[in-house]
Amino acid sequence: MSAPASPLFADRRAIGLLLALLALLLALPALVNSYILSVAILILYFAYTGQAWNVMMGFCGQLSLGHSLYVGVGAYTVAALFVHYQISPWVGVWLAVVICTLMGLVIGFLAFRFGIGGTYFALLTIAFAEFTRIGFDHFDWVGSSGGFFLKVESHGTLDLLNLRGSPTMFYYLALAMCAAAFVFCAWLLKSRAGYYWQAIRENEEAAQALGINTFRWKMLAVGISSAMTSLAGVFFAFYYNNLFPEQIFNISRSIEIILGPIIGGIGTLFGPILGAAVLTILADGITELVAAMGLEIPGVKQVFYGVVLLLVVMFLPHGIWPTLARKLGLGQGSGK
Amino acid sequence: MPIDLIFNVVIAGVLTGLVYGLMALGLSVIFGVVRVVNFAHGEMMTIAMYATVVLFAAWKLDPFLAIFPAALAFFVFGYFLQSTLINPFITRPEHSQFMLLVAVAIIMVNGLLMIFGPTARNVQVDYQLESWELGKILFDKARVYAALTAMATSAALFAFFKFSRPGKAIRACADNHLGAKVVGLNVKHLYALTFGIGSACVAVAGCLMVLLVDVTPVLGPAYTLLAFVIVIVGGLGSMGGALLGGVLIGVSEAVAGLFITPSAKSMVSFALLILVLLFRPQGLLGRKS
Repeated sequence: MSAPASPLFADRRAIGLLLALLALLLALPALVNSYILSVAILILYFAYTGQAWNVMMGFCGQLSLGHSLYVGVGAYTVAALFVHYQISPWVGVWLAVVICTLMGLVIGFLAFRFGIGGTYFALLTIAFAEFTRIGFDHFDWVGSSGGFFLKVESHGTLDLLNLRGSPTMFYYLALAMCAAAFVFCAWLLKSRAGYYWQAIRENEEAAQALGINTFRWKMLAVGISSAMTSLAGVFFAFYYNNLFPEQIFNISRSIEIILGPIIGGIGTLFGPILGAAVLTILADGITELVAAMGLEIPGVKQVFYGVVLLLVVMFLPHGIWPTLARKLGLGQGSGK
Repeated sequence: MPIDLIFNVVIAGVLTGLVYGLMALGLSVIFGVVRVVNFAHGEMMTIAMYATVVLFAAWKLDPFLAIFPAALAFFVFGYFLQSTLINPFITRPEHSQFMLLVAVAIIMVNGLLMIFGPTARNVQVDYQLESWELGKILFDKARVYAALTAMATSAALFAFFKFSRPGKAIRACADNHLGAKVVGLNVKHLYALTFGIGSACVAVAGCLMVLLVDVTPVLGPAYTLLAFVIVIVGGLGSMGGALLGGVLIGVSEAVAGLFITPSAKSMVSFALLILVLLFRPQGLLGRKS
C-alpha cells in the first residue's frame, strides 16, 4: 500500500479482522439468548444509521442534526402502504427512498443555493425535522399523535416478503444492511465523489477554486445519506411495529444517530460501528449498574450516560477508532 | 371570532414574547462573542425555573425577588462552565462543541428529572390571577410585570455592552479575536464573563417564565429549540434581533394556538424559521457576515 488514502482493503490485518468479525456476527444468533440478540440488533441499527449520517458529515462535512426526519418519513411511508393497502415493504421501500431523497435534496438545495452552511445548516435541518414532527402529530391518516401500529404476528412466523418474523430474522436483516452500508461507504470513500467530498470537508473554498462544483457534490452527499437513512426507517417500522411522531421525529433521535459516529470516529468506516457498539453496551451496562445499586429513579441512567459522553468528548476528540486503530497497527479506513 | 379576543391573545403573545426574547438574548450574546451555540440553553432555563419554585416553596420568596440570587448564581455557574469546560473547545470543530453541550444538556435535564420527578411544578402568587381592564382588553398583571422586567434587564444589558469598559472589551473580542489579544485583552476571561452574563439572562427569564407556565424537566429541550428559532429569526448575535424575534414568536404562537390548535403552535414558529433562513439567513436584524 502506497498512499495513506487507501489503507483499508490494502491492509491484510484489517481484512482478516473484518472477516473474523463477520463470521462471529453471522453465528451470533445461535450463540446468545434473546436479550443479547435484541442488544445486537440495536447496535446494528445504530451502526447503520451512523454510517448513513457519516456520508454527509464525516465524508462531506455537512452537519445534519435532523436525520430523524428521514427515519420517520421512511418508516411512516412503508408502514402506511403496508397497513392501508397491504403493499409489501419490499415495494414500499422504493417509495420511501424516493420521498426521503427528494426531501433531502430539497433541504440541500434550499440551504446550499442560499449559501447556508455550518451552524445555520444544522439548525435548518432541525427545523425541518421538528416541522414534520408536528405535522405528523396532526396527520390523521397515519394515526396522528396517538400513534400508528402494525399488526404483530406470533413469533413463529417467518414471512420475509412482508417482513414479519422473529428477532433472528430482523437481526440478519440489520446485519445485511450494515454490511452493505459498510462496503458501499468504503467504495464511496475511494470513488471520485469520496475524494471531492473530503476536499469540500477540509476546505470548501479551496475545493471550489480547484474547479469542483461543490453544490453538486454536496447535493449528492445529502441525497445518498437521506436515501440510506430512509431504509433505517423501514427497518424501524417493521421491527418495532409502532410509530409515534413524538418519538421517531424527536431531536433526541437525531442526536442518538450522530452520537455513534462522533464517539467512534467521524469520517471513518469503523467509527460508526464501534461507536454504536460502545454506546449501546454502555447504556445497557449503566441500566444494569443502576439497578444493581438500587438507584432506580428516572433520570439516573441518563445522567451517567451524559457524564461518560462528556468525558469521551473531552479526552478523545477524534473518537475511539482512530486511537484504537493506531494501537492495533491498522489503517484508519478514513481517507485521512 | 370576536376582535377583542384576538387583541387579548396578541397582547398576551407580545408580553410572553418579551420574556422569550430575554431568554434568547442570553443565547445570542453567547454566540455573538464566543461563537459557540449553547445547546444547553433551554435546560439552563428550566433549572432557573425550578430554582424559583424551590425558593418560593421554602421561603415564600416572590419570583421577582428570586431574580437576584438566581442571576448571581447563574452568572458564577456560567463563568465556570465556560472557563473550565467550554474554553478548551473554542478551537475544536462545531460538531465537537455540539457534543459537549449536548452532554451537558443531557446531564441537566435528567438531573432535574432525578430530583423533581416528571410532575409539573409552579408558583402561586396573588397577582397571577389579577388583571387590568382597558375596555374589553385584559392585561394580566403577572404577564405585564414579567414583560417589564424582561425589558428592564435587556436595557441594562444594552447599556452594559454600550458604555462599560468590560462591555466594550467583550465587543472588541467579538469583532476581532486576534486584535483583542494583541491589545492585551484577556480573551478567555472575557469569554467566561460573556457566558456568565448570558447565563444570568436565562436565569432572569426563568424566574419570570415560571409565573406564566408550569415547569417540567422536558421543557428544557423545547426551550432550547425555541431559543434557536428566536435568535435565528431575529439574527444570531444581534441583541435587538433577539427581542424582536421573541415578540414575533410569542405572537405567532399565541395566534396559531387560537386559529389552528395549541399543539400545532410551534409548527408556525418553525415555518417562520425556515422562511427566514432561506430568504434572510442573517436574520431580520442581523448583519451580513
